Amino acid sequence: MPDVTYLRPRDVAHAVRLCEGTPDARPLGGGTDLMVMLHAGTVRPRALVDLWSLAELKGIRRVDGGVEIGAAEPYTGIIGSALVAEYCPALVAASRTIGAAQIQNRGTLGGNLANASPAGDTLPVLLAADAIVVTDRRAIPIVDFFTAYRQTALALGELIVAVRLPASARGVRFRKVGTRAAQAISKVVVAVNREPARIAFGSVAEVPLRARSAEASLARGDVQGAVAAVAADTRPIDDVRSTAEYRRTVAQNVLRDLLRD
Amino acid sequence: MQFTLNGATVSVDVVGTRRLLDVLREDLRVTGAKEGCGEGECGACSVLIDGAVVNSCLVAVGQIGGCSVVTVEGLALQDGKPSPLQQAFIERGAAQCGICTPGMLLAAHALLNANPRPTEDEVRVGLAGNLCRCTGYTKIIDAVLACRM
Repeated sequence: MPDVTYLRPRDVAHAVRLCEGTPDARPLGGGTDLMVMLHAGTVRPRALVDLWSLAELKGIRRVDGGVEIGAAEPYTGIIGSALVAEYCPALVAASRTIGAAQIQNRGTLGGNLANASPAGDTLPVLLAADAIVVTDRRAIPIVDFFTAYRQTALALGELIVAVRLPASARGVRFRKVGTRAAQAISKVVVAVNREPARIAFGSVAEVPLRARSAEASLARGDVQGAVAAVAADTRPIDDVRSTAEYRRTVAQNVLRDLLRD
Repeated sequence: MQFTLNGATVSVDVVGTRRLLDVLREDLRVTGAKEGCGEGECGACSVLIDGAVVNSCLVAVGQIGGCSVVTVEGLALQDGKPSPLQQAFIERGAAQCGICTPGMLLAAHALLNANPRPTEDEVRVGLAGNLCRCTGYTKIIDAVLACRM
């Protein structure tokens, strides 16, 4: 394997220039996905631009009625944050289900978003919370972020700097179904909100998605209709972790549970 | 680049995208961290970076410039005797084949630093990122519980 160059930018502006100006450069956060792929040879960048230590990408702060989380703030910081517990307890719950201590100390929201796995544990929560993905150049509503399997709306060299959660994020509820509590890739992830009506799923389609017809039913107060609509809103597959039928059934059962109380 | 390894400053001249695990084992010949899965699932390569337990197979060595790294070799007391946690592992037979033991010790060390009186459930959660394929978890958990302050 040819050497991959390591680049350590001074700040976000410098990181953007390095990502734009270096052929086949990939941004590196905590490495919990990218270092696996690099070692396995499933990605072959020529350079990694290390964002992990950039102060601009760390921290959690209050912003106009909501909370903003730095893209490179690790899950451990989110789990321990009184602000996130206040503004979006579901994100704390989701962060606790990711890997275990080793992964929570390195994994980040920016990485979960950029990696754009359909099984990313935080992504349905961010969808149900109407999160805003703040990049070095614009603010992207999360609903426009996932464009295809592992594809995002990010332009070449565009870097996620923070994730913003509005006040409505407080009402989001979350459940992950996996083989075991720790170190499990999800079979189904469900996140819901009542006000506004939001129903989001992970691991039931090629992207993390909002179930639009289910949401329309929920907005009318029709919980049974919302549960039924999930069948048409999702596109689960059979794979090593589960079957399409299991995922569809469990997605509906978990949704019914989350909407019951 | 420079970092602190088990209390001593070390300098290495390596490509920054290499895995910390490989630089420790192959360049520095510090072999306490083991390679199990190589994808962040098993915890056998656990080390502490500035006190936080991480999988060294997922860290690019360039990322730890100026950081303090502790491997199992750095856990013993200054006189070379095992730490109380290591002694508890020895006394309770909390090792079978031993491959997971360095990672278990480091995860338990980080847990006890953050939470000196964990419940059994908290120990199980704290060690959830460390897999023992001999499945000798009971004695490992007992050993950690014996070290509560």
